This record gives sequence, C-alpha cells and structure tokens, in this order.
Amino acid sequence: MSEPTPPREPPTVAALFWGFASIGVIGFGGVLPWARRMMVEQRRWLTPAEFTDLLGLCQFLPGPNIVNLSVALGSRFRGIPGAAAALVGLISLPMVIVMALGAVYAAWSDHPVVARGAEGLAAAASGLVVATALKIASPLRGQWLGIGIALLVIAAIALLRLPLVPTMLAMAPLSILLHAWTRRA
Amino acid sequence: MSDGAGGTALELAGVFGQLSLVSIGGINTVLPELQRQVVDRHGWMTEGDFAALFALAQAAPGPNMLVSTLIGWHVAGLAGALAATAALVGPCAVLTWLVAGAWHRFRDRPWRLLVQAGLMPVTAGLVVAAAIVLSEATALSAGHALLTATAAVLLTATRLHPLWVLGAGATLGAAGLL
Repeated sequence: MSEPTPPREPPTVAALFWGFASIGVIGFGGVLPWARRMMVEQRRWLTPAEFTDLLGLCQFLPGPNIVNLSVALGSRFRGIPGAAAALVGLISLPMVIVMALGAVYAAWSDHPVVARGAEGLAAAASGLVVATALKIASPLRGQWLGIGIALLVIAAIALLRLPLVPTMLAMAPLSILLHAWTRRA
Repeated sequence: MSDGAGGTALELAGVFGQLSLVSIGGINTVLPELQRQVVDRHGWMTEGDFAALFALAQAAPGPNMLVSTLIGWHVAGLAGALAATAALVGPCAVLTWLVAGAWHRFRDRPWRLLVQAGLMPVTAGLVVAAAIVLSEATALSAGHALLTATAAVLLTATRLHPLWVLGAGATLGAAGLL
C-alpha cells in the first residue's frame, strides 16, 4: 500500500513533544496501546496500516519498539528536531516519575493493599494490551497467508516459548518469500 | 573488573551502551545479560534488588526500558540515571533515524512493498504473542484472568477510555475482590 495520503497537516515539533509526553505519562502497562490510540485514533498522524507498517520496521531494529517509533515518526514529519522532541517527550517525564516511585518503593511495596492494587492494575493492563494487539492484527482480515504466518509466530512465541530473535529471523524471510511467490502465481 | 558498589556513571554508560544495539525486541531480550552485568560482574546490587527494580519499571507509566533509569539511579544517583538511559537509548535512536528515513524514501519501490507485506503478519503475530504471554503472567487467579478478558472485550468493543478500565482493575484488586 503506497499511502493514498489524505492531505494531512504534519504535526509541529511542539505537537510531537506533547503527543509523546502525554502517552509516556499515562502509559501504564506498556506504552504501545496508548501510542496507537494517540497516533491513529486521536491525532490521525498515521492510518492504521501506516502504523502497523512503521511498528513492523521498529520491531526489527534494536531498541524498545516505542522509542524507535517515536524517533521514526518524529523524523518523518520534522527531521532531527522532530525525532528529538518525540523521544525526549516520551521518556523525560516518565524518568522523573520512575525515580520518584523508586524513592518511595521501599516504604510501601510490602503493604498488602498496595500490592493487590498493583496486581489488579497489571491484569487490567493486560486486557488493554490484548485489545491493542487485536487492532494491530486486524488488517490481516481475509488474508489467509498472513493469518497463517501470524498464527505460526504466535505458536512459536506464546506456545513453544522459542526465543524472539531467532523466531523473527526465521519467519520474516519466510513470510517475504511466500508473499513474493503467491504474487507471482 | 568488579569494583564492588562503587560503580560510576561512565561504567554504567559502558554496560548499557553495549546492550543498546543488540536489544532487538526491546529491553526484555537483553534482560538476562543485563542482570549478569549488573549483579554478577559489577556487583552493583543483589538479584532481588534487580527483580524489584524491573517490576517497578513495568508497573510505572512509560516504557519498560526505564529500568535503565532506575538501575543507574540506584548505582550512581542522578548522573547514573542519565548516563544509563542515554547510553541505552542513544545508539538505537540514531540507527532508527538512519533506517526509517530510507524506509520512507523507498516506500513506493516494489521490493519495499513486498518486504512490508511480508513483515506485517510477523509483526501482528509478535504483538499478539506478547499479549498472550503478558496475560498469562498477570493471571494470578481466575478473577485476574476474568478481569483481563473483560477489559480486552470492553476496550475492543467500546470507546471507553482505557484509564477507567485500569482504575477499575486497581480498585478491584486493592479491595481484595479478585
């Protein structure tokens, strides 16, 4: 898909900073669900297909997906200043928060109400991650080859607990070859 | 060259900088090696401290790679926190900047479209698999599992703000209802 680009105003450097700052601060249980919500559903910086494409690239590069996503998106719209704004926006406030939490952690982590609340929060956050995963996978609807490959990857990682990097290095070329082959046929 | 608890910001930068460009898939991929460096090689903290800091980074808002901030802070204060985080993030940010530019420039080339079509189902599979593994880890009881399933359905089928669902989960847990 070569982006049937609807005429969108590219976000400013400040908008990139604040957009990523907003998801960094509320990103309990991982930032990816909030990133997709902000970029695709709220600010419409990317279409669902563009988001999944960019995420795919970022997964294959070293580093946290969400950090790579901020750099890739920021630089696409506003070059190096955009990339820096998105990255700093994403991690600066959470760094302050995590250090503050670290400072009070020792005092409160043993408290049963706090521990049980954190477990409930984590279980709900898992539900959010599942819902986001289904949205990210939804462009596969009706593509039998893609669905088959996704199921193989799920079986390898979630069922067989194979390590991530070898699985990626095996499945990506296989998937590209199969797609090339079915297009030719 | 284990030097006890006296780790410096520079040494932290060395440890995290080495791991940056091999962390394909994120911080979880290099977690065992990070633990080996921080606990066994440098003796900066115990295994228990390391596990607690990682759990804290997961529970806090923001990317899980902020465990680097916590470890740096624990070892060498604010300078350590900044050095560890910058060393982890910097190299992969530069690489992403280089590759993402080329990826966008070639977006209409046939080979690029083919690679994109091939990567898409792998990406989707990885994200779904990660969601399954995470859900298993947080399903401490049938109640927790039911909460995860309910949250997933609500957030797929409705436009409910996710913070309501997370708040409800924390409240139910704190009240001992799970």
